[in-house]
Amino acid sequence: MNILEGHGLTKAFGGRVAVDNVDFTLAEGEILGLIGPNGAGKTTLFNLISGALSIDAGTVTLTDSDAGTRRVSGLKPHKICHLGIARTFQAAKNFPGMSLYDNILSSAQFGNKHISDKDAKAKTDKVIEFTGLEPLMDKSVKDIPLAGQKRLEVARALATNPSILLLDEVMAGLNPSEVEESMRLVTKINESGITIIMIEHVMKAIMSICGRILVLHHGQKLAEGSPEEISSDKSVIEVYLGG
Amino acid sequence: MSQYTVVLLSSIIMYIVLAVSWTMFSAPTGYVSLATAAFFGAGIYTTAFLGEFIPLPLLMLVGGIVSFVLAFLVGAITLRLRGVYFTIFTFGLVELLKNLVLWFEIKFTHVRGRFVVSIDHTTVFWSLLVLLALLLVAVALIKRSRFGRALQAVGESEDAAAHIGVNTTLVKVTAFAVSAFAAGAAGAAMATRWSYIDPGIAFNSLMSFMPVLMAIFGGMRKTAGPVIGAILFAYLEELLITRFPSLYMIIFGAIMVGVILFLPDGIMGLVTKLTRRGAKTLEHS
Repeated sequence: MNILEGHGLTKAFGGRVAVDNVDFTLAEGEILGLIGPNGAGKTTLFNLISGALSIDAGTVTLTDSDAGTRRVSGLKPHKICHLGIARTFQAAKNFPGMSLYDNILSSAQFGNKHISDKDAKAKTDKVIEFTGLEPLMDKSVKDIPLAGQKRLEVARALATNPSILLLDEVMAGLNPSEVEESMRLVTKINESGITIIMIEHVMKAIMSICGRILVLHHGQKLAEGSPEEISSDKSVIEVYLGG
Repeated sequence: MSQYTVVLLSSIIMYIVLAVSWTMFSAPTGYVSLATAAFFGAGIYTTAFLGEFIPLPLLMLVGGIVSFVLAFLVGAITLRLRGVYFTIFTFGLVELLKNLVLWFEIKFTHVRGRFVVSIDHTTVFWSLLVLLALLLVAVALIKRSRFGRALQAVGESEDAAAHIGVNTTLVKVTAFAVSAFAAGAAGAAMATRWSYIDPGIAFNSLMSFMPVLMAIFGGMRKTAGPVIGAILFAYLEELLITRFPSLYMIIFGAIMVGVILFLPDGIMGLVTKLTRRGAKTLEHS
């Protein structure tokens, strides 16, 4: 079943078309990799799905077994979050004035409608354990290293209880062992039943954990397929992977 | 208490109400509002219109509601503006209301100003004190609530807040309106102090700047900041006006520049720093 579908998504900034008539599908339970050169429109596509930017043309629909198919394009970000689509930001946007715990608790409180404080706290504890953030809990957000920031960003998204998670370069800037850890976390999240779209430049990660890859170039879909198909695709090698 | 003391204390309490209510919205969200004079003026005109018909507590309630509704409408339109654009708009609102009321009065009621019912100073004083108490309770409750956390989240990273499910527009507009309620109620009470008002008196842009300066002066991180800032500022104003009427603005300005340069977290920031240093010295000795 396709849990999320985009049709003819288009977004222009002034005269520059950042996302140009892009169609995509996301099957329930998969990890879809989104790759492409800088400026290809990957983050803009995330912004269109999550409601951060308004869509010029096209639709995004969400299907779940309880509520059927709903249109999510045109909704405000907080509504989209409540429907179960969570995201992280390329540059971590954690709340620097709050403790780590309160960062995650806020997500649990605001991301789940009508949740009691007790349940929100239980959810927070669960997420902290799941993401392995315990060793950092006594630090302030400003003092934790990049890998921790990225992990907190993921934890904040998870605490909203999503069915779909959009990960925007959660591995950028990490050292090899941190990348390994991050890959393990992404796989674990996926195994817990959350469908994932991830933007990443770390090819090793993309190739080993994504079931399917979508390549964007100049805002358009250049190719789509399994990691093997993509790594041998001539046009992809030409514009992105290199010879 | 002498009448002079009562009047002076009323002014100070009015400033505390304005500074605390301004801080309540602008400090956590980072949206600097210069609309206080608009809401204060709306309260003044509430009393000017209805002063003869209903008692003071009710006037304050109505003044507060008028300002609340006004802020809610204005906020819904303008709180999508960020940063300095919001600030400029809120300042424009004061001028807009001033001229709107002036136009209305001249066109339909054929008056420029109005005489306001006068109420004895002690009643006004106690009414303002009750308003302040309610405001401080509200601020304390909000700080501890989910709503307070949502406000903080909006101020620290509005995009992140929206994407974890915070209805940022609603949160901002509600906080803006609650803060306007206090300013409106204060205006309704203070109007009885002036026997005559006109749009220029009621919508005086100084009332937009004073709460901001007081909050900066006292420090915005704690509720005690704007309270102390307002008390010192209001008392200083009274002192300087009576002692140095011609130099008052110059001295005032110099003090303000000094505070911004040397005390970025205001008086409260200095107090915190000193108590910390004191604690350290004790540890070492």
